[in-house]
Amino acid sequence: MTLTSINGSGNGAGGDAGEVYETDVVIIGAGPCGLFAVFELGLLDLKCHVVDILDRPGGQCAELYPEKPIYDVPALPIVTGQELTDRLMEQIKPFGPVFHFSERIDGLTRLADGRFRLTSDQGTQFLAKIVVIAAGGGSFTPKRPPLDGIEAFEGTSVFYSVRKIESMRGRDIVVIGGGDSALDWTLNLQPVAKSLTLIHRRDEFRAAPHSVEKMRALVADGKVRLAIGQVTALQGEGARLQSATLKTAQGEEAIACDALLPFFGLTMKLGPIAGWGLNLHENLVPVDTERFETSEKGIFAIGDINWYPGKLKLILSGFHEAALMAQAANRIVNPDKKVLFQYTTSSSSLQKKLGVK
Amino acid sequence: MAKITFIQPDGTSQTVNAEPGLTVMEAAKLNNIEGIEAECGGACACATCHVYVDDAWRAATGKPADMEEDMLDFAFDVREGSRLSCQMKVTAALDGLVVRLPAKQF
Repeated sequence: MTLTSINGSGNGAGGDAGEVYETDVVIIGAGPCGLFAVFELGLLDLKCHVVDILDRPGGQCAELYPEKPIYDVPALPIVTGQELTDRLMEQIKPFGPVFHFSERIDGLTRLADGRFRLTSDQGTQFLAKIVVIAAGGGSFTPKRPPLDGIEAFEGTSVFYSVRKIESMRGRDIVVIGGGDSALDWTLNLQPVAKSLTLIHRRDEFRAAPHSVEKMRALVADGKVRLAIGQVTALQGEGARLQSATLKTAQGEEAIACDALLPFFGLTMKLGPIAGWGLNLHENLVPVDTERFETSEKGIFAIGDINWYPGKLKLILSGFHEAALMAQAANRIVNPDKKVLFQYTTSSSSLQKKLGVK
Repeated sequence: MAKITFIQPDGTSQTVNAEPGLTVMEAAKLNNIEGIEAECGGACACATCHVYVDDAWRAATGKPADMEEDMLDFAFDVREGSRLSCQMKVTAALDGLVVRLPAKQF
């Protein structure tokens, strides 16, 4: 599992931050359900933009279990999370969805004309007729180590990602972790740091072997200090961190530091969705089972994030929900259009859209 | 059935009957043991079912596999007896197992 995604500073294929996109549908979440929603909406000629906090499609399938086999996707006796993602990407290609990766939708408001304005944490704006929340377990966010008082230092002295290397110049930096993120930042920040200490609980690293080699070379040169142990407390004044308590097999010591970068992986948090005025049920979004619409007309929720009596958090349930949601969304976008229900096996118009005819 | 005792950080304990074949995490979830989150559902992908195996049971439960050891990097306050409970299968040999819960699962 790579966790470098949280460092992603670039945007997806969608273009530059600060732009405004007008579209039929914005799908929040590029997991399997969000991706399949592109397909079902696409068959009805609805154009989609897809936004995801991760730097690539797949959601939990890509982040939590890319190599793990899934056995309960109909007609695929065995498929890995990554393969399923790749196949869905292939399947939705004809519909030309626009992806915005490494972005999180923070704001959602309804406009006077009935459309929605969505704003991302990168400043991108979307004007959409339909919003589909396919956010799974919520937004992947870096894990916060349960160290007393850590919140006070966040943004000033404690960072879960670094956007500008220059902001770290001349600082006493402590990096915690043993994966690619921890090692990449150790290597990237060492040249600008006043001092850099890498702390990991064991002398084995999950990170790519060549990064580990480079790190060990810097340690041998005395340019990086490697400490095997765990951080147990933080000390500082106000928002300024001054030192971290390191516990090793030899005992405890205080390491002077004014920048701490903990890399303990990602966890899922409902995030900004909680503030959009939707009815919630234990951090899930209740929907009806005819349209999979939330308490707000035009805002739908599919996949793991929704709730209804009998709900099962299965990928296959999300696919079904996407199909019914698309029909309901189409009735909102095209209220006067008569929709003839068609099959991809026989409809030449659907086959044309799929590019097979 | 195997008896498994879960001890909370405050010392309170709960003993549950677990069916062999389940994982210790599943036995905990079935019995609503607090402090076992298992965010990923048992895929060894999140480290939120972290427990400390009681000293007396270390030999019986064995050591974490490489993948589990990697995932323990994402747990907090990892100690000698740290395991991910989703990676421990309940067997008759574990009848009486005692595990302690960490103060936090992140």
